[in-house]
Amino acid sequence: MNTEMELINQIEAYLRGEMPAEERRAFEQLRTEDPVLNAQVVAHLALMKELADYGKNLALKRQMNRIHQSMNIEAIRSSVIKEPAMVVVMWKKYRASIGIAASVAILAVFTTLFSVGVFNEKKADYNALRRVIEMDKRIDNITKSQNALLRDMKPHAPTIPAKYGGTGFALTTNGYVLTNYHVISGADSVYVQNTDGEAFKAKTVYSDKESDVAILKIVDSNFKNYNSLPYTFKKTSDLGEDVYTIGFSKDEPVIGSGILSSRNGYSGDTTAYQVSMPVNNGNSGGPLIDPRGNIIGIVKGKQDQIEGAAFAVKTDFILKAINDIPEDSLTSKLVINKKNALAGLNRPSQIKKIRDYIFMVKVY
Amino acid sequence: MNRELRKSFPADSEVIEGVLKGSEETLNQLYKAYFPMVLQFILSNTGDDDDAKDIYQETIIVLYNKIKSGNFQLSSKLKTFIYSVARRLWLKKLSQKSRSSNNIKDFEDILPVEDDLESYEEKDRQFKKIETALSQIGEPCKTILEDFYMQSKSMQDICEKFGYTNADNAKNQKYKCLQRLKKLFFQS
Repeated sequence: MNTEMELINQIEAYLRGEMPAEERRAFEQLRTEDPVLNAQVVAHLALMKELADYGKNLALKRQMNRIHQSMNIEAIRSSVIKEPAMVVVMWKKYRASIGIAASVAILAVFTTLFSVGVFNEKKADYNALRRVIEMDKRIDNITKSQNALLRDMKPHAPTIPAKYGGTGFALTTNGYVLTNYHVISGADSVYVQNTDGEAFKAKTVYSDKESDVAILKIVDSNFKNYNSLPYTFKKTSDLGEDVYTIGFSKDEPVIGSGILSSRNGYSGDTTAYQVSMPVNNGNSGGPLIDPRGNIIGIVKGKQDQIEGAAFAVKTDFILKAINDIPEDSLTSKLVINKKNALAGLNRPSQIKKIRDYIFMVKVY
Repeated sequence: MNRELRKSFPADSEVIEGVLKGSEETLNQLYKAYFPMVLQFILSNTGDDDDAKDIYQETIIVLYNKIKSGNFQLSSKLKTFIYSVARRLWLKKLSQKSRSSNNIKDFEDILPVEDDLESYEEKDRQFKKIETALSQIGEPCKTILEDFYMQSKSMQDICEKFGYTNADNAKNQKYKCLQRLKKLFFQS
């Protein structure tokens, strides 16, 4: 123990150069002769160097801290960097997190909206009244065979059953037909069929989802222009007015009657009236007619929970639609009838005259 | 602003000479000259003043090690070297904090400095070991060893400072302390 301590002391004295010259020479001699001693010297030297380096390192750090404290960091900072506003700093620091949070929030909002059905076009208790024709398989089969039988008489009637059906009515004498947007939306082709069972091919020249108005043009060469229309369009109507409609809720026209019950439609829809009237699928696109034979709207839907609440597009939006048609999609002039031939007639006589101008709209 | 800063940079060769001589004035000049550059870099890359201080001081230590090991060649500018080291150290710290180190905004050219950092980190680990060992041996051992080995004080001074009656007692104590330190150091 003591000898080892002596040895360490010797080694340290030697390494620090504190040995007298004579002793030093003797020690060096010993080192060359004794490899064990030499190894000890080397190891101790390494340890001393390590400790000394550590000391220097600490000293350097102390010095640097002193220098650092003497510096005006504030001033340096403002000189190297245009001090960004607090918000900018926060933004830079957290923008990734903000981004993720925002996406999650947006996703959550849209998922919720989606799951509660905000994006469902069909409102829960609102029912657009176009008819799904394929549902009536039995009837379809009959009409199919009829169509096949009557083919020579009606060369343009398609033999396959239509997908959807609605109602439409003549807007002008030269083949423009009014119906609902939702009746013809998504159609591959559209045919209109009159009460005599004659079908004519039609194309859509205008459609507006917001007001649910569509204007078709009969493009069939077999269609003969009317001499005149019996009805006119009337912009304003009074609440409580007796009204009726003609619609193809089955394969032949059906009359529905009621009164104009409210100025606005489904959940405050200002484009429509509310009518207290029984309507069914297939009535969509039918005219709403007042006692003097004026068209005051287009039947478009009903509310499920409320008894007899049907809705009809106001005439304003029909006229607006007419104005909105781009000039170049009109192949022939669109002239609105101004002369009412129905005013003095009672309802059955009116219907007799009007029914020739009502069509079943068949959508394929 | 940059022109002013450049004016106050000490010449690279002077710095190297001063560091080798251990001149405190050199350290003072060096430290003040390049700190703004590192501060700018750190602040622009999601760090703060304290980060800049830590990174900069580590950078200076790396520079000192390199100069003292004798292989700092003036093939590159001191400024570029300092910037590259600081940048590398900061990227490392960012990845430790698991912050993104994409989109790093650079202001200077960059040198490859991986080797220098490796030897620095090796040394730093050793220092940490010594620090822990020293903190565990307790007083008066710690101070005796620090005085003797790190500040190269003579045994005579230590003897007086701690009030040992003779140098042999002090040597005895120091020897015991050293044995304990070695035990702790080589254990860990």
